[in-house]
Amino acid sequence: MSGKEVFYQGNEACAEGALYAGCRFFAGYPITPSTEVAEFLARRLPRVGGAFIQMEDEIAAMAAVIGASLVGKKSLTATSGPGYSLKMENLGYACIAEVPCVIVNVMRGGPSTGLPTGPSQSDVMQARWGTHGDHPAIALAPASVQEIFTETVRAFNISERLRTPVSLLTDEIIGHMRERIIIPPEGELEIWDRPRPTVPPEQYKPYDISEGIIPPMADFGSGYRYHVTGLNHDETGFPTNKPSLVQPEEERLMAKVTENLDILEKHEYTEKEGARIGVVSFGSSARSSRAAIGLAAEAGIKVDFLRLITLWPFPEDAAVQMADKVDTIIVPEMNLGQMIEEVQRSIAGRAEVVGVNRADGEPITPAQILDRIREVA
Amino acid sequence: MTFNYDEYIRPGKLPHIWCPGCAHGIVMKSIIRAIDRVGLEKDKTVIVSGIGCASRMPGYVDFNTLHTTHGRSLAFATGVKMADPELNVIAVAGDGDALAIGGNHFIHTCRRNIDITMIVFNNNIYGMTGGQFSPTTPHGRLASTTPYGNPDYAFDVVELSIGAGASYVSRSTAYHAIPLERQIADGIAHKGFSVIDALCTCPTTYGRRNKLGNATEMLMWFKDNTVGVKAAEKMPPEKLEGKILTGVFKKEEKPEYCDEYAKIIERVSAKG
Repeated sequence: MSGKEVFYQGNEACAEGALYAGCRFFAGYPITPSTEVAEFLARRLPRVGGAFIQMEDEIAAMAAVIGASLVGKKSLTATSGPGYSLKMENLGYACIAEVPCVIVNVMRGGPSTGLPTGPSQSDVMQARWGTHGDHPAIALAPASVQEIFTETVRAFNISERLRTPVSLLTDEIIGHMRERIIIPPEGELEIWDRPRPTVPPEQYKPYDISEGIIPPMADFGSGYRYHVTGLNHDETGFPTNKPSLVQPEEERLMAKVTENLDILEKHEYTEKEGARIGVVSFGSSARSSRAAIGLAAEAGIKVDFLRLITLWPFPEDAAVQMADKVDTIIVPEMNLGQMIEEVQRSIAGRAEVVGVNRADGEPITPAQILDRIREVA
Repeated sequence: MTFNYDEYIRPGKLPHIWCPGCAHGIVMKSIIRAIDRVGLEKDKTVIVSGIGCASRMPGYVDFNTLHTTHGRSLAFATGVKMADPELNVIAVAGDGDALAIGGNHFIHTCRRNIDITMIVFNNNIYGMTGGQFSPTTPHGRLASTTPYGNPDYAFDVVELSIGAGASYVSRSTAYHAIPLERQIADGIAHKGFSVIDALCTCPTTYGRRNKLGNATEMLMWFKDNTVGVKAAEKMPPEKLEGKILTGVFKKEEKPEYCDEYAKIIERVSAKG
């Protein structure tokens, strides 16, 4: 990749990626270890004619992001565990009202205030089920500073195209770690914008799905006057509690994910011929996993590796492919066992599944994973 | 001349959900006439609300309308306004929505002095959920959650707004529909955050429980128990006892948030 070479922290790469994707509005609230995203954008957004605002709390920041997105601005907020919990209220609003936006969660230990400066991957299930009600969930989990940049761009692209919030789950390690990255020149990475109406205002229905399950979205102020609500609504956007309209709406929101797996699923499967052991991991734990698999290879143990880049939707087929081949799957994650349950659910007994878990604010080391590989080998 | 509301009411969306005797409709009509009076363009006007009886109002009127989560209208409205300061942004909320769950957003929007006009439909009760006490329910009053009298003391919306830094603050009532209209128009025209405390009535879940009379009697109570803030200056304290002051309490020209941010953009954007 050609472009500008910089030595960036993960959080800075995230902010830079957002600008590259066309983000022009950020609302946030100070929280460790994500604050550098806000600080970077407080400096940079006004320089490109965008707007930055520090709101009175996390809930307000999420609300402001949705408000700005309705006016047509690509919008971002960044937070960590306790703040992510507070985002959940309006994240659900963005799901049902179908407002594109990106939420960065630089994961730290919990529950509650937990370990503000220690890394964690314990918001995996919150990213899937955190807000109440049935809802679609998309979460991406980069593993390097460069990947934080590109996955932030992808998070915006997906959010725009599918009109739904997208969470970017990083963690304190890759959020604060510095690496050399390349910022690609404008135009090198594809940028997607939300579908906008082609019909005149008098014919516009904000949730009209006659052309596909993602309805075109008009900007407030552009002449298309319409109503947006967090209540279940019909195609005109006005509230309804008619069962015959509510059920299809709920199902369509989920279908936005299940019918777009081609643009959502992203993972790397590194296969070794004859391997009887597999590792499934993501984020900074995937870095330790990769190192452990290298050490295992030196010791003559072959291990397959599935690195998840998209966590939600979970790549069931890839997990099943691994389970059909190996005897044991190891799932290293910085929590007491979250993604492991999704692996078990997906493979439905095709292989043994064991975890490598750590929730003490320290990274999982390659040695810990190697020990587990040796145990099951 | 009779005002024709048709241009502003969305066809097919009435009747509204409000109970017979509810004063919210009077406030809604005052807002519509105020918007007409100021001459806001419908396409360039956004009305934002939270959750509750008052917050259903945007659904009935023909603007860009945003019915959000409980208490959050001003936070959404701030995002709308920051994203396009050319838009006219009006927020509507009940007393519980604006001042309890939305209290933090309320005071910080006052402090920021962003050009949004907030109309508080203040009927001293949570109506939609069946009559629980709110931050403006007076001490001692009955509500479904204060069956032995309200031990809390109420917020004064005007004092709260002034204390938090809003630059336009007024109060009127549903009985005084014309002065209310004038204040709302004034607030919209004012550059900065404007709060209009619109006292209104909930005969169904508040009046009945507290034996305040029927809908008309509750409105007439406003007529008999309010005093204009200017007239009050010349009245002896004993005559003001138990009276509610109405009128414009604050109107101050001070820097508006989006203007200030625009200056920052202008100053630093040249640096690229």
